Amino acid sequence: MDFLTNGHNAYLESFFYTLMLFLVSGVLSLVLGTILVACRVGPVAVLRVAGGWYVTIVRSTPLVVVFALFQFAAPMLGIRFGWVQIHIGTVDFTSFFAVAVVALTLYTSTFVCEALRSGINSVPLGQAEAARAIGLTFGGTMSQVILPQAFRASVPPLASVLIALIKNTSVAYIFGVGEAVAQMRIMTNNYASERVPIFLTFAAGYIVIVFVVSFFANHLEKHWRTA
Amino acid sequence: MTAISSQAPTAAQGEPLVVLDHVEKWYGDLHVLQDINLSIKRGEVVVVIGPSGSGKSTLCRTINRLETIGSGTITLDGQALPQEGKALAGLRAEVGMVFQSFNLFAHKTILENVMLGPVKVRKSSKADAEKRATELLDRVGLAKHAPKYPSQLSGGQQQRVAIARALAMEPKVMLFDEPTSALDPEMIKEVLDVMVDLAKQGMTMVVVTHEMGFARTAADRVVFMADGQIVEEGTPEEFFTHAKSERARDFLGHILKH
Repeated sequence: MDFLTNGHNAYLESFFYTLMLFLVSGVLSLVLGTILVACRVGPVAVLRVAGGWYVTIVRSTPLVVVFALFQFAAPMLGIRFGWVQIHIGTVDFTSFFAVAVVALTLYTSTFVCEALRSGINSVPLGQAEAARAIGLTFGGTMSQVILPQAFRASVPPLASVLIALIKNTSVAYIFGVGEAVAQMRIMTNNYASERVPIFLTFAAGYIVIVFVVSFFANHLEKHWRTA
Repeated sequence: MTAISSQAPTAAQGEPLVVLDHVEKWYGDLHVLQDINLSIKRGEVVVVIGPSGSGKSTLCRTINRLETIGSGTITLDGQALPQEGKALAGLRAEVGMVFQSFNLFAHKTILENVMLGPVKVRKSSKADAEKRATELLDRVGLAKHAPKYPSQLSGGQQQRVAIARALAMEPKVMLFDEPTSALDPEMIKEVLDVMVDLAKQGMTMVVVTHEMGFARTAADRVVFMADGQIVEEGTPEEFFTHAKSERARDFLGHILKH
């Protein structure tokens, strides 16, 4: 297990990077997905159609292609992320990190949108009617009555979306981001005889993160069951 | 109608508060509301009865525009109903609605249910809203259930909370869309008692119901609907003892037999 005794900092740093990718794109995906679903179920026809097309197109595109678009094509259109320069300890968050966050967010938000939409559809129509009957506007009805209940009903599918996101962060490896899989590749080269334990150790890292997310999802589900 | 000018937003006692004028509505080929003309005076309690599918619930729901209408006009306090947006939300705040299936906000406590409208729509302070909500819950006999969630209450209790929630907006008129139809028989009375109290206190009410007892005791006027039309209307006394139309006598014959 030389790869761990000599390189446990590299191991932890790489998972710290994975975790940051997950947290930042996760939060942004939840925000963007909520906006998208508001468009899709809202009263404005143009936004409904636009939201529908966005979800259909982005969701149908392989994540690698979305990444490639922002890494290689977007700079030609003047979309660059060179201004991102954040350093935490020895870990650098630069334009590679920004591209990964943008690609993961745009991609994952479509799945968040659909998970939330399934939740919204599960809220009885009477809830919206009662909200409108006391004078709440569309925005008030959504934010006060529909979305809080939709979030509850969406916890299981949202957890699946976030778990998929955790593992999708590994696609960033192809585009030069030094996250966990990138580190795993380095270690399998440097410690060729220890490939099996290396793979298992990195798999374990992902399993731990997924486990924590599942734990919170289950906890939320139980917590909200009474209400 | 001509008595109300736009400068006088509040109709005096006895003047028309809700006026439906030549209202028509179609669901595809189904003509659900046919030339509905109905004027409801301030403080009046109007009970709408009729067989199912007669359009009485639809009529009730058009008054706060939960159902749109095909043609005709509906005015509240002299103002035509706005089409949509903020103006419509503002109108709905003036019209209390009680649903057959209660529709209490499932994720909020009883107290929060009653406070939501005053806080978010009327912009009352939380303290004022809570004080008022507690008074209203006390009035419907449920103050001690304030911290519970709707699913922890019986149907009758939930419906009383729904009435308190509507009253918290201090509406000009209250609409009841079959408020007791989803209740077990022993819970119907507790809801009707609250409604009778409300009627006595001078609330303007439109009540779609099958409760003939309530119609007899609390209604100023009974409107009988069948097949999308208002067939006849009159005082409860006239209607229940000397219904003019064959259709109404037939309906009463069916429901009063038991």
